Amino acid sequence: MPAEKFDAIVVGAGPAGNACAYTLASRGLKVLQIERGEYAGSKNVQGAIMYANMLEKIIPDFRDDAPLERHIIEQRMWYMDDTSYTGMHYRSDDFNEERPNRYTIIRAQFDKWFSRKVREAGALVILETTVTDLCFSGGKVIGVKTDRAGGTVLADVVVMAEGVNGLLGSRAGLREAPKPETVALAVKEMHFLPAEVIEARFNVKGDEGVVIEAAGTITKGMAGTAFIYTNKESISLGIGCLVSEFAKTGMTPYGLLEAFKRHPAVAPLIAGSEVKEYAAHLIPEGGYKAVPQLFGDGWLIVGDAGQFVNAVHREGSNLAMTTGRLAAETIFQIKSRREPMTAENLSLYQKMIESSFIMKDLKKYKRLPNFLHSAGEHLFGTYPQLISKAAQTYLRVDGKDKKSKERDIVRSFVKTRGVLGLASDAWKLARSWR
Amino acid sequence: MHIVVCIKQVPDSAQIRVHPVTNTIMRQGVPTIINPYDLFAIEAALRLRDKHGGEVTVLTMGPPMAEESLRRALSFGVDRAVLLTDRTFAGSDTLATSYALSEAIRKVGESFGPVDIVFTGKQTIDGDTAQVGPGIAKRLNLNQLTYVAAIRDLNLKAGTITVERRAEGGVQVLTTKTPCLITMLEGTNEIRRGSIDVALSAARAQIVTWSAAAAGIGDIGKCGLKGSPTVVKRVFAPPPRSEKAFQIDLTGLSPDAAAVSAIAEIFKRLPSLEKELANLEQS
Amino acid sequence: MTSKPASPAPAGGRAGMKKELPEHFKGYKHVWVFVELERGVVHPVSWELMGEGRKLADKLGVQLAAVVLGAPGAAVKAAVSDAFAYGADVAYVAASPVLSDYRNESYSRCMTELVNTYKPEILLLGATTLGRDLAGSVATTLLTGLTADCTELAVDADGSLAATRPTFGGSLLCTIYTLNYRPQMATVRPRVFSLPERGEGREGPVIEYDFRLQEEDIVTKILQFIPDRDSNKSNLAYADIVVAGGLGLGSAENYQLVKDLANALGAEWGGSRPLVQRGWIPADRQIGQTGKTIRPKLYIAAGISGAIQHRVGVEGADLILAINTDKNAPIFDFAHVGIVTDAVRFLPALAKAFRQRISPSTHIRMAV
Repeated sequence: MPAEKFDAIVVGAGPAGNACAYTLASRGLKVLQIERGEYAGSKNVQGAIMYANMLEKIIPDFRDDAPLERHIIEQRMWYMDDTSYTGMHYRSDDFNEERPNRYTIIRAQFDKWFSRKVREAGALVILETTVTDLCFSGGKVIGVKTDRAGGTVLADVVVMAEGVNGLLGSRAGLREAPKPETVALAVKEMHFLPAEVIEARFNVKGDEGVVIEAAGTITKGMAGTAFIYTNKESISLGIGCLVSEFAKTGMTPYGLLEAFKRHPAVAPLIAGSEVKEYAAHLIPEGGYKAVPQLFGDGWLIVGDAGQFVNAVHREGSNLAMTTGRLAAETIFQIKSRREPMTAENLSLYQKMIESSFIMKDLKKYKRLPNFLHSAGEHLFGTYPQLISKAAQTYLRVDGKDKKSKERDIVRSFVKTRGVLGLASDAWKLARSWR
Repeated sequence: MHIVVCIKQVPDSAQIRVHPVTNTIMRQGVPTIINPYDLFAIEAALRLRDKHGGEVTVLTMGPPMAEESLRRALSFGVDRAVLLTDRTFAGSDTLATSYALSEAIRKVGESFGPVDIVFTGKQTIDGDTAQVGPGIAKRLNLNQLTYVAAIRDLNLKAGTITVERRAEGGVQVLTTKTPCLITMLEGTNEIRRGSIDVALSAARAQIVTWSAAAAGIGDIGKCGLKGSPTVVKRVFAPPPRSEKAFQIDLTGLSPDAAAVSAIAEIFKRLPSLEKELANLEQS
Repeated sequence: MTSKPASPAPAGGRAGMKKELPEHFKGYKHVWVFVELERGVVHPVSWELMGEGRKLADKLGVQLAAVVLGAPGAAVKAAVSDAFAYGADVAYVAASPVLSDYRNESYSRCMTELVNTYKPEILLLGATTLGRDLAGSVATTLLTGLTADCTELAVDADGSLAATRPTFGGSLLCTIYTLNYRPQMATVRPRVFSLPERGEGREGPVIEYDFRLQEEDIVTKILQFIPDRDSNKSNLAYADIVVAGGLGLGSAENYQLVKDLANALGAEWGGSRPLVQRGWIPADRQIGQTGKTIRPKLYIAAGISGAIQHRVGVEGADLILAINTDKNAPIFDFAHVGIVTDAVRFLPALAKAFRQRISPSTHIRMAV
């Protein structure tokens, strides 16, 4: 066992772990970060979208050297059935600002950059090392055990940034392993396409980028979403559903992705591209109700390990970075007061999160996972088809008068879903949304 | 005893492709690793150090990010890592590379103690030439031992070493004097995992970084493109055969029926083969 | 060969570089092939190179020379005689006791002395363990260019040797020149070129070189040679029929299906690099650019995608049958006959069908 003790040990070098370790080291604390992959980010898979506002609070001038793909100027939301989509687009030149708000990134490259910053800030980072257990002394966490020889290291506090399926917390009995209804299994591919082709197909120029978020029958009645993001010279696309749904239906995420790629709205966008990479990952989807106990004597949980994902808006990495930063701020404050890392002192972390957008957003949508689950068959089956038909009825100019058309549309809804069904869905959706 | 191991950071997959439209080489997103053959060299060096004492220095010539590979080498327990990095090395072929590396090894010897053995891996997975090791041996006048499968004996006092070298059809047992250069065969050992203390010192270690000047490289003209007698004039994807494979139509066929169909097609195209196989069966 | 990190093709902007041969190299002429003689036997790759060297020499209008190093005796004489039979115009011979078994010191020294004395413009060696050990030292001593593992050799209009080889881990090909240095050196793996026809009765001048190095001046000593006793050793490079498997087989257990089919055909078995990396097959069974190059009559590839590093190892086959579940797999670009199906189901059917076709009697051989 090493003789020295650290102020903090951060388990994991994804966005949450890096944000935490960076902030701690920048404040002069003695930090050890332990990552089980061969390099920071090697175990991470993400779309990916990077939220500048949250990163600016950690590294204000990240734009100087961070690997960024395209900044996003257009968002498309598609509600798809098997042959069409009804969508909402927003595009604005306002997003071509000096410090753009969102970027597409390539997760592995970004994490590597962030990890370099963490080391430059003074943290010690070790790789290819798995933290197997927490070390306890009389109910207080005092360090970690690793899978290297002589592998116990001590610290005043351990921050668990181990990701969605990290076993550390559950092994120590501090949190439950995520249930199948609270995690989604998502798969993604990266397709190479020359920059000019991307620009032509998505109507962008220079470093501008487009994000498409989609839902509908593409997930064949299961609750889930898909995405298409433009990188500089590639397209990231992916699809995912709750693990419990896959278990129930026996379908595979890869099968869904293949069908999605063949969809008439999607195929032309990736025509002629070359698949460069295929990956799968779990995404927390449980929302507010699934958030575990976040702190205790000598420990904190940040990032995906704490189920900090806003499924509705597909936000995860910004919550990860922010919780990592807030955890670091908490620890720093306690250290400055020269006080011990007790649960009581660490509860400041919970307070910070609750007063931030994080808990406010999670609370807002806390009923949504349930709603999506219960109304899945309709939301991802019936409604996309109804809406598609409605849109077509409305847009075809075929001599029928408009009032009749509108009546037909309403009738189709009522016939398929029933007045009670419609009302109930609307009511539940409104409640979940608010 | 002082051993130097030369390693190289290489792109991981052999899946680097040509862009379908622009014909440029796409290396985006391909992670880099230590050339797998070098790991056997590192482990062989560490085992000798365990037995005889002394130090192992790892050296690489590469871009600044080759530092990651050096740090990984440190996590196995090597004592020191040296990064030789300079713009002037860009475009080096194996002759220019062996020049720069051998000058750097000289400097390593001057700075950290005379070098007894230089190890390299058998070849790199991106260049695959196996030329740099012999090149270094020649320039530093080291006795050359390639394709070494095992080190039987090292006598530091007498300055002799005995190894098993893979040759065609068998193994040569050779003995020679140190200093020598050994290229290590694959599968000869398994790279170890450093303890947590080793991992921590690796994370802390200062990597010695040398430019061409700092490494004492006398003649820049022997480095990079200028110092490379070989010239790559064309890089291209293999031309597709005008005729793609004739596909056996499987519709409605069981595997057995398809197999019969395939064999018929084979024998149609290679009539002599059927006779030869029949003869084989009878013999 | 370039060992630099990638830059967009063509590398370093030297694609347009012209030949500007310094004066002192202008007198370098003729094509040399190193004849690899070890323990009394010449490695066939030397003759394969002789065949290719013949074409280069004819194109350049110069002589083809064989270079034979070894101990004085019958083996060297036989090698010289064979060299003429395979197309050499002249033979350089260095016969000395210090050359009786390969050692880098003696061979490298002798080779560089020969080159400096007789000045060839091209020097070709087989890319065997011996050849690779020797070529790198010689090239570095001579400070000239060496291109390893070439899959194609040609001569340009200006007389320069164009050496093509796979690069970037094998996904691409590149053509490399040693424009302004001599000799232009290249190594070639066994079986990349085919064995030329033997012409009996050919003869030519034999130039004997007096190699003066003495045993006491050589530091490296050979204590022993331990021949391989492995009866399971492969003969892939010279087999008439080869069956190979790739990752498409799915598991190490499924590889047995490849062996079963090989047994039914009396064929050799092998596989792609990933299988060796996973330990499914031994390293000497690897087929491909960094494994064995093969030139069988029939090559059956099961579950192999056909990336170029594999392709260059098997392109010389007369007939390639490819089995793969992916109809877009690159292997179908160069295979002759293809079948889009699961190899795990198809291989046993194929083995059975071959057995029935070859020996329609009821006797069924057990798979070993």
